[in-house]
Amino acid sequence: MRQSNGYIILFTAIMTVIVGGLLSLASQGLAPAQKKSIELDTKSSILSSVMDRAQLEKMKPNEVLEMYDKRISSLVVDINGNIVEKNEKGEPIVAEEVSILKNYKKKPENRLYPVFKYMSAENPDKVESYILPLYGAGLWDKIWGYVALNTELTTIVGVSYDHKQETPGLGARIGTPEIQNRYVGKEIYNEQGELVSVTMVKGEGNTGLDSHQVDGMSGATLTGKGVNDMLKNYLNYYQSYFKKVKSGSVAAL
Amino acid sequence: MSTETLEQKKEEVVQKPAEGLLSKRRRRLISDPLNEDNPITVQVLGICSALAVTVKMEPTLIMSIAVVFVIVFSNLIISLLRNLIPNRVRIIVQLAVIATLVTLVSEVLKAYNYEMYKILGAFVGLIITNCIVMGRLEAFAMGNKPYDSILDGLGSGFGYAWIILTVAFFREMFGSGSIFDFKIFEAVGINNFATNGLMVDSIGAFMVLGILIWVQRSKTGYVEH
Repeated sequence: MRQSNGYIILFTAIMTVIVGGLLSLASQGLAPAQKKSIELDTKSSILSSVMDRAQLEKMKPNEVLEMYDKRISSLVVDINGNIVEKNEKGEPIVAEEVSILKNYKKKPENRLYPVFKYMSAENPDKVESYILPLYGAGLWDKIWGYVALNTELTTIVGVSYDHKQETPGLGARIGTPEIQNRYVGKEIYNEQGELVSVTMVKGEGNTGLDSHQVDGMSGATLTGKGVNDMLKNYLNYYQSYFKKVKSGSVAAL
Repeated sequence: MSTETLEQKKEEVVQKPAEGLLSKRRRRLISDPLNEDNPITVQVLGICSALAVTVKMEPTLIMSIAVVFVIVFSNLIISLLRNLIPNRVRIIVQLAVIATLVTLVSEVLKAYNYEMYKILGAFVGLIITNCIVMGRLEAFAMGNKPYDSILDGLGSGFGYAWIILTVAFFREMFGSGSIFDFKIFEAVGINNFATNGLMVDSIGAFMVLGILIWVQRSKTGYVEH
């Protein structure tokens, strides 16, 4: 009887219902906690592009979220630098919830571009730096991060990179402060005012780097190339927005 | 027919004298996989995750806990159901039980330890295909009582855990110069300790694991046939 087809079908049917029910219960029950973890993760990586990492790591989750609410003001723009407030369905867009990955799959002109403004601690209306998301392809898989620019939108004040699976000890070093600190103070425009971005050069221990270059990672030239492309692409996408900020037309926002 | 089997079972229970909770046979269920019948070093199972997650101690510890949890509970569940599971679909049933438990672990990790979820993400999912778990279900839980199956799960789980923790200990020490992210060499005054990039790579895990197997086999005298 245990081996009859009827019994097998009954057994698997009951098993499927129990297993399915259990998993959907777990998924429903854990959803709020998961959402909070993801929110915290996004917000701390945005903050880490302008803040000291060691200090950020010492902060408790609630302190990070509080800090974020106090210091970051966000908005979403399109490729022409116009502010987008509602999606096609007329629902308000939250910059933190814009998935850079999903937008990356669209054409650049159809994407949404979030901007996170780091406000001054003394004067909450004064922008201290502009933080932009980045997304691209490393050697093995996706890489992403944030770049923070100064008020004039010309100089990098900090970057935070992350990666899915770059080679440990080689390309994975883009996730370390050691590499990221090399970008601080580098300029993204040349003397003619053209966007040249900041390039990671080949090899490590290079001397005589100019203000648009950072030292490379030994053994990870291809990851470096991925980072260069990612940085240049995204800085390029935000050019119209930058122009508007500089001309003062969206400065109030 | 069903009453017959019930009666048969009753007889069996009467015939066997009660066995101690930790009788010699049961202790062996736990101690064998720790050394002489270790799932990694002797059975050479679960190598994939042993290589992948052992760069640092912390993710390794989380992975060990996850594997012990999955192996113990899937052993228990399969053992409880062993007389109900239709023989022809038993592998599917085993897989379903393992996959459910693994998904639960992964969801909990995502909710309460997102950092670790990011590091271990794919590998927690791969516990499903970890041959140690399936192997124990098929070879042990399908034919043994629940309590013995729990012991067997604990034994295999810890057998797996201590090996990957040992590998991770050496890999993190030489590869990153730290233990549980605590910079040990700086703590004892060596500031210019040169970390070994090989240890961070999978090659490092192969080497440490190879040495472990060598040391262990020279002690137990185990040889491949």
